[in-house]
Amino acid sequence: MNLDYLILALKNLKHRGVRSWLTLLGIFIGVAAVISLISLSAGLQDAVSTQFGISATEVITIQAGGINAFGAPGSGAVNKLTRDDVEAIGKLPSVEMAVSRIISSGKTEFNNVVNFGFVISVPDGEERKFAYEVMDLEAEVGRMLKDGDTNKVMLGYNFWKDGDVFGKPIVPGKKVLVQDEKFIVAGILKKTGSFMIDDIVMMNEMPLGDLMDYGDDVDIIVAKARSEDVMERAVEEINRLLQNRRNVEEGDENFEVSTPEAMMETVNSILGGVQAFIIIIASISILVGALGIVNTMTTSVLERRKEIGIMKAIGAKNSQIFIQFFFESGILGLMGGLVGIILGTLIGVVGIVGINNFLGAELSPAIDFVLIGGALAGSFLIGAVAGIVPAMNAAKQNPVEALRG
Amino acid sequence: MVKRVKELIRLYKVSKFYKMGKVVVKALNKLNFKVYEGEFVAIMGPSGSGKSTMMNLVGALDVPTHGTIYLDEYDIFEFSESNLAQLRGKKIGFIFQSFNLIPNLTVRENVMLPMMFQGMDIEDRTDRAEELLNSVDLGDRMDHYPGEISGGEMQRVAIARSLANDPEVILADEPTGNLDTKTGEIVMHFLEKLNKQGKTVIMVTHDSNLAEEYADVIYWLRDGRLEKVTKRVGKRFVDVTKKNKKEMKKEKR
Repeated sequence: MNLDYLILALKNLKHRGVRSWLTLLGIFIGVAAVISLISLSAGLQDAVSTQFGISATEVITIQAGGINAFGAPGSGAVNKLTRDDVEAIGKLPSVEMAVSRIISSGKTEFNNVVNFGFVISVPDGEERKFAYEVMDLEAEVGRMLKDGDTNKVMLGYNFWKDGDVFGKPIVPGKKVLVQDEKFIVAGILKKTGSFMIDDIVMMNEMPLGDLMDYGDDVDIIVAKARSEDVMERAVEEINRLLQNRRNVEEGDENFEVSTPEAMMETVNSILGGVQAFIIIIASISILVGALGIVNTMTTSVLERRKEIGIMKAIGAKNSQIFIQFFFESGILGLMGGLVGIILGTLIGVVGIVGINNFLGAELSPAIDFVLIGGALAGSFLIGAVAGIVPAMNAAKQNPVEALRG
Repeated sequence: MVKRVKELIRLYKVSKFYKMGKVVVKALNKLNFKVYEGEFVAIMGPSGSGKSTMMNLVGALDVPTHGTIYLDEYDIFEFSESNLAQLRGKKIGFIFQSFNLIPNLTVRENVMLPMMFQGMDIEDRTDRAEELLNSVDLGDRMDHYPGEISGGEMQRVAIARSLANDPEVILADEPTGNLDTKTGEIVMHFLEKLNKQGKTVIMVTHDSNLAEEYADVIYWLRDGRLEKVTKRVGKRFVDVTKKNKKEMKKEKR
């Protein structure tokens, strides 16, 4: 029988003016914010982790501590890591291999335009493959660097595309100046979406070490654990080894060992902050929306006093009047939620398409039907709760006075 | 001849007072009123005589300040507001001067509404509404909204709605008040027909010609008091007012 009142409520809502629907703005903005946030969150997480350069899960990054806020990772450290450290880490039982990386700021020149950016090294032999794998690097045009490429460089995607950096595009075979030395471009990297990688100059370790005068120092050591299961043990072994080698106590480390998991935690805590902020805004919107419904329903009860009187005269019980107004406000909330879900999903889809274009990724928006169902039920509930007091007022009307209008 | 089978509504020494600031307005004062099954009763009186107050009390829309009202054999004071609404919906069909249809509902849905409040299922109420609308010659207007039909048609919808739950009493408040003479006659014709079919009709009006044309008994109100009761005998109306001792003495003198 409640279905009858639901239909009656829908019929009444059909005849409502634009004003009533406008009060739903708050609800639908709130719901849209939550839904778009959640459908985007996977994409956001991916986008941020790409910027952090996190991909393979069994990779451990080690860098010396120091002032590095304005330079490349590890570059500003007082007590640098060395090739001996790389070798020692590579011999640890849980570590499959360890490679050194040099990350230096450098000057690149082409077409008489000078660009300052990062120059990074690629190790030789088996480790080269690992380095490419960890950073997920492939050639867009030309080829990747090989062992023995002493005068070749590989450039990030942004040097090639549209010639944004040097005024005209660089193609493989062209010569560029790095730190005033001539190098031939072997290839261009595929777009990764990370600003750092897409703007990078990459060369083999030997020539870069010589060019930048590094000697035995390295900026970063990238180690690969034997498997994901021994990650924790590998981190522990590396920590202990470096504490001994660098003669520091636990807690006073002048180096940092980080895992993708730990980096993800950082990413998640940043995202968590953003999400919390959006959720607060969404909650305020929803609250405003709920107050809008209270207002609309209160006005509606006043406007429809006569109608309430008629219904009472022809036999409506208080509870029957209540349920009709209760449903009306619930449906108002539900409609707000529905519009919010559609809008939120659209924002999510458009956002994911944007992220995909930007990163060259193939993400799909997280459309969670449980969430959608929950949002619908929630918005009905918010509407219905907002309508309780007006509906009670409607039910309490004295028929004689109500009939007078 | 009027059949006096059953007493349907009885008002016993009913008064209704309203407080307007410090002044107490006596809208109705110690009124006695009885309606028997099958009667056509008119409540007559000029504006301000207490007709509307009386209609609200007779229709169990309001409760008296003093006195008792029996609907069928039930004392309305024994009912909760909601139960009284249900009883009213079942026993009394209302027809208002301003039609009082719900504008957002179609003609058919308006007629279905009282049945919905009684919990009748949708198929039954649709069938019944269509049957009733056909009986008031509105079979072709069922899907129209009240705003799309004429005043006369609206009042016929109201008649159909009043019959929805097959009530014993039809309570009509100035049913022709907002209609022209011709349309008013059509509406009165339907009320007369219903009365002949056995429905009890109580009509509130200020038009004595209308009352004398259709009613069997007329209650004349003035200033919240019953002035007289007249009853049809053949083509004439005779005064059958019950006088109390004081009034009888006064008349003898």
